[in-house]
Amino acid sequence: MLHIRCPHCGMRSQNEFAYGGDASVKRPELNKEISDLEWDNFVYLRKSLRGKHLELWQHISGCRQWFKVQRDTSTHEIFKTIKANEDI
Amino acid sequence: MSQNFRLKNIGLINRDKKISFKFNGKSYFGYEGDTLASALLANGVHLIGRSFKYHRPRGFFGSGVDEPYAIVQLFRNGESVANIKTTEQELFEDLEATSVNCWPNVNFDIGAINNFLKIFLPAGFYYKTFMWPKSFWHKVYEPFIRKAAGFGVASIKHDQERYEHRYEYCDLLITGSGPSGLASAYAAAKNGARVILAEDKPRFGGTLLTSEVNIGNQTGKEWAENITAELKKMPNVIVKNRSQVFGYYDHNMLVMSERISDHLSKTKKYSPKERLWYIRAKEVVISSGSIERPLVFGNNDTPGVMLSSAAKEYLKVYGVLVGKKPLIFTNNDSGYETAIEFKKNGVEPIILDTRKNPKSEIIDEAKNLNINIKFSYVVVAAKGYKKVKSAEIAKISEDKKELGVVENINCDCICVSGFWTPTIHLASQSGNKTIFNKDIDAFVSGQAKQEETTIGAANGTFTLEETLKDSFNTGYELSKKITSNDNKTPTPAVVEKKSTKHDKFWCVPLPKGKNYKRFLDFQNDVAVSDIEIALKEGYRSIEHVKRYTTLGMATDQGKTSNLNGLQLVSNIENKIVPEVGHTTFRPPYTPVTIGAIVGREVGKHSKPTRKSPIHSWHENNNAVFVDAGAWLRPRYYKQGNETLFEASKREAKNVRKNVGVCDVTTLGKIDIKGPDAAELLNRVYTNAWLKLPVGKARYGVMLREDGIVMDDGTTTRISETHYHMTTTTAQAANILSHLEYYLQIVWPELNVNVVSTTEQWAGAAIAGPKSRNLLQKLFPKIDVSKEGLPFMGYIEGELYGIRARIFRISFSGELAYEVNVESDNGNYMWEKIIETGKEFEIQPYGTEALSTLRIEMGHVAGSELDGRTIPYDNSLEGMLSKKKDFIGKRSLNRKAYVAEDRQKVVGVIPLDKKTSIPEGSHLVKDAKAKLPNPKLGYISASCWSVEYDNPFSLAIIKDGKNMIGQKLFAMSPLKNKTIPVEIVSSHYVDPKGERVRS
Repeated sequence: MLHIRCPHCGMRSQNEFAYGGDASVKRPELNKEISDLEWDNFVYLRKSLRGKHLELWQHISGCRQWFKVQRDTSTHEIFKTIKANEDI
Repeated sequence: MSQNFRLKNIGLINRDKKISFKFNGKSYFGYEGDTLASALLANGVHLIGRSFKYHRPRGFFGSGVDEPYAIVQLFRNGESVANIKTTEQELFEDLEATSVNCWPNVNFDIGAINNFLKIFLPAGFYYKTFMWPKSFWHKVYEPFIRKAAGFGVASIKHDQERYEHRYEYCDLLITGSGPSGLASAYAAAKNGARVILAEDKPRFGGTLLTSEVNIGNQTGKEWAENITAELKKMPNVIVKNRSQVFGYYDHNMLVMSERISDHLSKTKKYSPKERLWYIRAKEVVISSGSIERPLVFGNNDTPGVMLSSAAKEYLKVYGVLVGKKPLIFTNNDSGYETAIEFKKNGVEPIILDTRKNPKSEIIDEAKNLNINIKFSYVVVAAKGYKKVKSAEIAKISEDKKELGVVENINCDCICVSGFWTPTIHLASQSGNKTIFNKDIDAFVSGQAKQEETTIGAANGTFTLEETLKDSFNTGYELSKKITSNDNKTPTPAVVEKKSTKHDKFWCVPLPKGKNYKRFLDFQNDVAVSDIEIALKEGYRSIEHVKRYTTLGMATDQGKTSNLNGLQLVSNIENKIVPEVGHTTFRPPYTPVTIGAIVGREVGKHSKPTRKSPIHSWHENNNAVFVDAGAWLRPRYYKQGNETLFEASKREAKNVRKNVGVCDVTTLGKIDIKGPDAAELLNRVYTNAWLKLPVGKARYGVMLREDGIVMDDGTTTRISETHYHMTTTTAQAANILSHLEYYLQIVWPELNVNVVSTTEQWAGAAIAGPKSRNLLQKLFPKIDVSKEGLPFMGYIEGELYGIRARIFRISFSGELAYEVNVESDNGNYMWEKIIETGKEFEIQPYGTEALSTLRIEMGHVAGSELDGRTIPYDNSLEGMLSKKKDFIGKRSLNRKAYVAEDRQKVVGVIPLDKKTSIPEGSHLVKDAKAKLPNPKLGYISASCWSVEYDNPFSLAIIKDGKNMIGQKLFAMSPLKNKTIPVEIVSSHYVDPKGERVRS
């Protein structure tokens, strides 16, 4: 079980959190004309990285905040956790 | 029965307390502090069971967790447990155990015929033989193998015992209380660290209990006892015996199982049987020691052949002689220690040492005691069937390839020592690479991947002096790092006898003309010849060899066999061991009961049960409940001998005719507040929200970004900046997370707050043509007329003195309202509605009637919004705004989504108007077409229409809009039904929606 530092609440066990996917994905702006390919990339295509990965987690059994975790997908090492509005 | 093998003045058992027990129906006694193994050995019992494949007699091989043979079926307090290691099971009054894997009994076992057929049962036998003919597998082979295979029998009774889970945090977790564990725990605890010391055996001290050493001015045993006593008194230390740390997981999370009650006849009142500890440690010290390796020779599985360290432990801890004519077969000095103990207790051992002329203090001591030592000698084979009676021994040439003349020597046990294997399981589970250490011919842990340190014998350090120095230092350094304290405990002086190098030789060649079985894995009957076959057949990877031969599998997980197996593979392959590598160490290190893993999460505790505040009323009124996620909802209210079908029909009819009331508390509710609340709704729902006036509700549909319908529900504008959203019961949690995601990550500029209020409000849906009359009576002070509270209107009122929210919304398709009050008032509201509604012939209705009402109205719900359908499929295309963007909109122009023949929801009626169509049935054109019969669609929901008194179903079918009027077949291979049907509109009742607006 991972040990994750919620930037708002501190160190907690993984069972308080929910995984939320790649944090680098940016939703296209509303009402913006974009190609099928761009939209397709946004909806379906994700990199399955081995190594450092910036991802979203939500502290669902705590403060309910979404935040970013930089984690090694093969060793589970967590390098950094930051608030949703912060950049690595 | 007298204990012929028990010594008088040695051991740590309590001779004042006799304990009686039964093995295979026969009564024996032992003493408090015995294990089942030591008590049986004291009584001269060496035959415990039969082996897995050949049903060869099995005795004792080890003295603890490494035991491969001596497992039994245990009976305790009316319960039966399989695969209990006798070497770990402590004796308790009235313990009963029986042999496993033998029939009719352990002395005469019919399966032993396999032993004489063993030429036919080499490695891979099962794979090769039982493949053909295919039809034989489940009729002939499988039942036969099942009967013959396995050891114990799982109890089919419900386990009445209680198991607990506990979470703990500490600075240092120390796994094992041998010299290294005690020393590091002591040094760290003295330096102020929070320490957990875990020992899997009942006694603390590990090898200090059996070795002849001095620490300071105390014997090793005294030192261990004093340190343990001191640690137990310290408030910053948790000391646990009978506790095995069996798994090392991510981020320094380790799991330990504490056997609280296994050594007692009966679990104490209010005590669990076992407790599983989840320990998050800042630092882990792996002090798990080492396990002695066997030597391999002919018939080395005969009862009476055992590890020399085990023989020593039985003698020194339990006062038990494993034999009176012991033969010690060793390639290192450890065997001498055992021989010396025998000698000191009046038994004449003979030592066979594979080495030519080794010299050390220990060997000198043995010589001084006049012990018979034969150098350059090996055991060729053990003789005897159910017990060692003699041994064939021979001189071995310097290159270890040639045997001299084979001699016969009388003995009643053979104690073997093939040097020591560090227990690196936890270090390996942590993720560390392992390194082959040539000095000890075994793997040790490489660089630590997590915050851990391996010390002592577990790290290949076999002298006490070095171990204590390292361990005191490790405890001090790690605690200093965490606590910043600087109290260093001095390392005491050590007196121990020096030993010399071991011999790398471990597998005795076969004498000419003999083909004795030489076993590597005792639990699974894997012999040297089996590995040879596997390699001959082309298996190279050690992982494949393991699976083909079953080497290192089963309950002991190869604790004594793995390394010898690797050595053999590397010898044959002309490789060195590190090139061959080893199989992966996975948790658990030792078997853990399912009970301990599950803990309290059984039965009603397996998940929380959510109940509405009206639950007790439902119970008192014969509600039959159904699980809706974690919620319990009334499915129907039973009257007399009614069936589900009859009751739901009655309830639904009453809604259509009079008025019904349904508990809708479980519906997800989200409170939305903030100046940008309308904008948020406008983006997450597919329809327009900016112009919804205060005091009005609106139906909305949410999509995922891929265009699939996610959820639907109504949202009401309570004030300018305040909305009340409802979601389906099942999606409530997901929708809240979904909104939070968009508010926090995608559109943080929106000034909106969302919070779940599902449990703050109790809800009652009042539906039916008489619902307005009832509402007027309930709320006499407010205007609930057609004009005062129009369809999709919202108003607040007072219901018999309590505040209530009234929404004019309808799921049943009838004139209907939903009344919400604060949860605490839920039952009160319900009782008032029932009481006041009597004159309008009100009846409560459950989820079954609710489904009937929505299906015949053609309202889509969970069975249509199943995560595979888009708005069009559900005839919700009218809900899509063309003027604004919303989540998932861009996906809706995908080719497949706009195809002319896109699937759509329709109604389905059986042509005979009698036969109900099973949900999940496939719709096909031709019932007799060749398989695979092309599927046009499927039945998503079925009911008995109370409006028309015939079956009615909803279906999602390809080209739905052009299918109305078609005659098809609904086929359910599962129910073996083929029903001719007609496709009709999904809006079966009141297609124009006049009733809801009436």
